[in-house]
Amino acid sequence: MKPKEFALSLGLTEEEYGRIEKGLGREPNENELGMFSVMWSEHCSYKNTRRELKKFPTTGPAVLVKAGEENAGVVDAGDGLALAFKIESHNHPSAVEPFQGAATGVGGILRDIFTMGARPVAFMDALRFGRPEAKGEAGKRTRSLIKGVVEGISHYGNCVGVPTVGGELVLDPAYEGNPLVNVFCLGTLRHDQIRRGAAKGVGNPVFYVGAKTGRDGLAGAAFASRDLTEESKADRPAVQVGDPFVGKLLFEACLELYARPDLVVGVQDMGAAGLTCSTCETASRGGSGIEIELDRVPQRETGMTPYETLLSESQERMLIIVHKGREKELKEIFSRWGLDAAEIGYVTDTGRVVVKQSGKVVADVPARLLADDAPVYEREAKVPAKLAERQKLDLRKILPAQPRLKEDLLKIANSPATGSRRWIWNQYDHMVGLRTVVRPGGDAAVLRIEKPGGGWVHVAMTLDGNGRWCAQDPREGSKALVAEACRNLACAGAVPLGLTDNLNYGNPHDPEIFWQLREGVEGMAEACRAFDLPVTGGNVSLYNQSPAGPIHPTPVVGVVGKVEEGVKLVPGVFGSGLGVALLLGKSESGGLGASLYLQEVHGQIAGKPAPADLESEKRLHRLMRSVLKESGIRAVHDVGEGGILWALAEMTFGPESAGAEVDLPLGSKERVEEALFGEGGGRILLEVDEAAVTAIEHLAKEAGVGCRTIGRTGGNVLRVKCGGEDVSWEVRELRGMFEESLPRALES
Amino acid sequence: MRFAVVQFPGSNCDQDCVHALRVLGQEPRIVWHQETTIHSDEGVILPGGFSYGDYLRCGAIARFSPIMQAVKAAADRGQVVVGICNGFQILCEAGLLPGALTRNEGLHFRCETSYLRVENPASRFTSHYLTGQTLRLPIAHGEGCYRAEPDVLQALEANQQILFRYCDAEGRVTRQANPNGSSLNIAGIRNLRGNVLGMMPHPERACEAEMGGTDGRGILLGAAGIGRPI
Repeated sequence: MKPKEFALSLGLTEEEYGRIEKGLGREPNENELGMFSVMWSEHCSYKNTRRELKKFPTTGPAVLVKAGEENAGVVDAGDGLALAFKIESHNHPSAVEPFQGAATGVGGILRDIFTMGARPVAFMDALRFGRPEAKGEAGKRTRSLIKGVVEGISHYGNCVGVPTVGGELVLDPAYEGNPLVNVFCLGTLRHDQIRRGAAKGVGNPVFYVGAKTGRDGLAGAAFASRDLTEESKADRPAVQVGDPFVGKLLFEACLELYARPDLVVGVQDMGAAGLTCSTCETASRGGSGIEIELDRVPQRETGMTPYETLLSESQERMLIIVHKGREKELKEIFSRWGLDAAEIGYVTDTGRVVVKQSGKVVADVPARLLADDAPVYEREAKVPAKLAERQKLDLRKILPAQPRLKEDLLKIANSPATGSRRWIWNQYDHMVGLRTVVRPGGDAAVLRIEKPGGGWVHVAMTLDGNGRWCAQDPREGSKALVAEACRNLACAGAVPLGLTDNLNYGNPHDPEIFWQLREGVEGMAEACRAFDLPVTGGNVSLYNQSPAGPIHPTPVVGVVGKVEEGVKLVPGVFGSGLGVALLLGKSESGGLGASLYLQEVHGQIAGKPAPADLESEKRLHRLMRSVLKESGIRAVHDVGEGGILWALAEMTFGPESAGAEVDLPLGSKERVEEALFGEGGGRILLEVDEAAVTAIEHLAKEAGVGCRTIGRTGGNVLRVKCGGEDVSWEVRELRGMFEESLPRALES
Repeated sequence: MRFAVVQFPGSNCDQDCVHALRVLGQEPRIVWHQETTIHSDEGVILPGGFSYGDYLRCGAIARFSPIMQAVKAAADRGQVVVGICNGFQILCEAGLLPGALTRNEGLHFRCETSYLRVENPASRFTSHYLTGQTLRLPIAHGEGCYRAEPDVLQALEANQQILFRYCDAEGRVTRQANPNGSSLNIAGIRNLRGNVLGMMPHPERACEAEMGGTDGRGILLGAAGIGRPI
């Protein structure tokens, strides 16, 4: 095959081939084309999205390592403590091989974090699947995907001893052919422990450490940058196989190595595009070159070609550059942990990545050309033709003349879409490490992190995404989900420090999809600016579509914040005894557009999501944090999907199964379903002691935020009055449905 | 008494044990699996995790570690040895405790708060508790289903070696309260001599109120030879 034909077969375009030939000044060989095909894939180069990503605010006083600089962003948490965090997707691998796909997703993000010099301390996962209760093959496949992915995450996360402390699961037919598996990891370190992935110092040795290289995961990055098709199963070899045991040894060995003063020059994990990516990126960042000899790469298979060795995505491998003369120390540490450490090359000043096998040059490429000079495309964007039609909402045609609130809430409680996720997080060790202060199941997870000088900092974090909102209005939906994430943190008394995003969309060559992405980025960017929240990095996952069509546009955000001094953390569920229920924020809902209620109860996705009022959200969050410093606060929960009624129901699902009797406001133009199930509006529910009410009202008034006593908590019934309706549910009945709906759907 | 917390490759609760012991005023040391010495005045903790990746069988490879010879010798001398979770599995594999831990009945890994009934306070590990007292301790395991031959189970009962059984919040030892299918709802046992304890639940995760409870303190304090305050 001619080089050009080969390039096209690898997914490079003619224009890109021309660019490579020009950059090299000659015809590229097959190895080089393989390297370009992965480095210039969307997964590695962001060639389709780079222009959009520039719209994110990325700076701020807390930012220590900016988005795009290194493997993960790092923010300052005060007292010399820094936090490294990032989210990454493993969607395509999980679609064809759920267990290994998800497991290696966890392993991959883990390496991104300890590459930065941080000790990984927590995972979270954002998952999207079709409906497990669906009839026939579709349901069967979805059930096996869910079980496989959860087991894969459990397998890897539990074994490496990093707790999985939260996340989210959305079940929607839009993800039936293309599930999403986004994995987030947080690590902690001191400011002076931040590591860089740069190759510097001519003559410094380049080490390969960790697991041996095999033929697994060949060109996985390129695989991730294509649509999923019927033939994708044939791409199973592109899915890597993970070994969490080696992952654990590798990060312990690396952290021990970093602790030696002045030993390490640069570190880079071998994730997507393996050896290729790690050599060219470290050389490019260091403004240097690297020369390596493939014969020295530890291999677990024989007869591997240079092409295979360069493009393998075998897991649990790192590239480490140390100061010359310190080789022995590195070898000793890795040998103690039972890991390979091979000196495969050295740093040069040529600006080139030179790859040899048995002394013969098999690839010779300028590092910058490979790592940074991928083409940047301006994709065409077009408002989806059917959007205006989809955004129309005529409630008179959907809602019954007489409200059926009783059945409506039972339907929601009985749906696996809203049911308890206990079945999932019980399979994750969420306590190992002795840092988990607020366990999964609430608005945000909270960890305690030891300060460098002793004492604790409390860190809150949450993952949020809402494909339904974004499908109906990508800009407003994306703004709203950033607001929701910040509201979740406010419920834990935390000020957001940084945001990591995972942009999951369909094929960017479709102008309607690209429009969704652009709108989504701009919406998120606007919300981030409003909250003074820097984007510290993330991941773009495109081509999320199957023959059935694209997924909902699904940006997922992970927001990390610091719990303010003086905050007393409270649960999200009603406690024992009697209390008062308060509603903070607006008294009207944002309506039923794009709501969970319409989808779950009436089987429709229609209308536009409630637009987020960012300024009033900010006031609400500030108020929430000061309220949590008061005494007498018993429980707090934000109003999200399912509206205020579902939020109240969720608050009854505590160990006490305590109920509430509330009288909810009905706006002058609202239908009662809108008041009860409408989303948006920036609202938070509180349960407080009677004695605390006056102080909270006062704080709310000062903050310019609405505060309304809506009723009392206690008893074992949830009773709601609104607009002449008066409906009651037995808490035990609701709770039984909530606990059982997901496991039942998975066993069907 | 000083504790040696053994670190196998793949251990992941070693630092948690060290932290909990420090909270309790102890000064533990970490001992690498390739070391060969346990001092005669030391107690030993085999922590949870996935030693050697749980390859072959949980705990099956760890028992061949150089340090395990020293641990056995220490146990033979009557020194305290506590195996938690993976550590319990290792003790069974090493023959320091009878029986074996197999895959959970429900096949899933389970991480949750379990309730334990204290069966026998007349042991150094349970001296802080009363008979029938209910403790709340976290579990986190995929292979915690305790199995042994009928005569072994009988002997365990007869000799009051069963220290903890899974129960419900009211202290009832029921099948429903059993998270993994263990025979006789066994959560923790001691050897006949009374110096070796193996248990699946994690006492080190229940030593601070902020972590959800302090019911595990008594077990570690008892192991350290610190009796119950009157």
